[in-house]
Amino acid sequence: MHRTKIKVAEDALDANTTIAHANRADFDRDGVAVVNLMSAPGAGKTTLLERALADRGETRVGVLEGDVQGSLDADRLSALHIPVVQLNTDGGFGGECHLDANMVRSAIPDLTLSEIDLLVIENVGNLVCPAEFRVGEDAKAMVCSVTEGEDKPLKYPLMFRTCEVVVVNKIDLLAHLDFDLDLLLHNIDAVNPGVRVLQTSARTGEGVDAFREWLLAVGKESPVAA
Amino acid sequence: MHELSVSSAIVDTALKHAAGRRISVVSLRLGKLRQVVPDSLSFYFEIVGRDTLCEGARLELELIDALMSCGSCGHEWDPAPQPEHGDVAGEFPGAGLTLPQFRCPECEAAGASVVRGDELEVESIEVEDEAETTPPEPSASRPVPSGPATRPWQDQGEVPTPVSNSGS
Repeated sequence: MHRTKIKVAEDALDANTTIAHANRADFDRDGVAVVNLMSAPGAGKTTLLERALADRGETRVGVLEGDVQGSLDADRLSALHIPVVQLNTDGGFGGECHLDANMVRSAIPDLTLSEIDLLVIENVGNLVCPAEFRVGEDAKAMVCSVTEGEDKPLKYPLMFRTCEVVVVNKIDLLAHLDFDLDLLLHNIDAVNPGVRVLQTSARTGEGVDAFREWLLAVGKESPVAA
Repeated sequence: MHELSVSSAIVDTALKHAAGRRISVVSLRLGKLRQVVPDSLSFYFEIVGRDTLCEGARLELELIDALMSCGSCGHEWDPAPQPEHGDVAGEFPGAGLTLPQFRCPECEAAGASVVRGDELEVESIEVEDEAETTPPEPSASRPVPSGPATRPWQDQGEVPTPVSNSGS
């Protein structure tokens, strides 16, 4: 049996990248800035958004909520009277653990992009996979809570490296933890030198103003995108 | 984990280029900065390839060491954790950590760029020359779905129409 070697030289995630670019084009056409918000499960993404978006001023914000199952997060954010679309990834065998460009594209018809200035895509809670899949965003942000330990940047470098901002959340708990904040900041800088780091407590509101300012500035300054 | 999605994407890419011929080898360039576990990838590759022209194909992985380039001084280095880079014992005794080095070890500037190490590329495939007369439908028979049921971009060059797979 004769065999032929065929040169391919194609990125394996090329299909996802193509769709991400198509998403980007749709967002650009309607002037929508897009943030891909990621973290481990339970780091505080939804609570931080509830807190930050409550005082959004004139900016028209929409949220695309990604979860394996259910609409709990979407229901919470709907209370802010902003358009929220829930994406569930549980089709098939147990569900995808991240949002990809195709999933995001499938939700675009449910959003009226012309009536939104900022779209926050709250990704599935996961420190591994979301970092690998671009979905058409302007910027990636991640939330890292102080209850997760100082070593997370070393264990999950890709997540920390691909973000424009790292939000260290739950700082109201520092007094109750044997947690070395300086060591976390040192480790974050080791994997993403010079990255912007914010410290917040979504519970008390401390530091949330800075996160809101960052969110509302995405797409307005240049360059923000990775 | 996402090795399932990645394997599925690799098989799709290989099938597209095989154009109806049976695949015997898929060669993948995998950079060490990617968070893809090689054993996991091989495992899912075998599963995803079943009942397609990729069934039984060998997945060859070329692992690529990372290389960073400093935008300030031009120095190039491998950012992988090295014992001499990562000794933080002095500052944080007992931490026992070995750090990767993404800040330039020469001038300590941030903002270095990746020269090598981010690859996740199907480099080549090997096919058997005789086209199968009735190639199996690649997407219909794939046992483990990892996204939409169809791959419209196999028609080349079109912006894909999304297939809704949300529960809502």
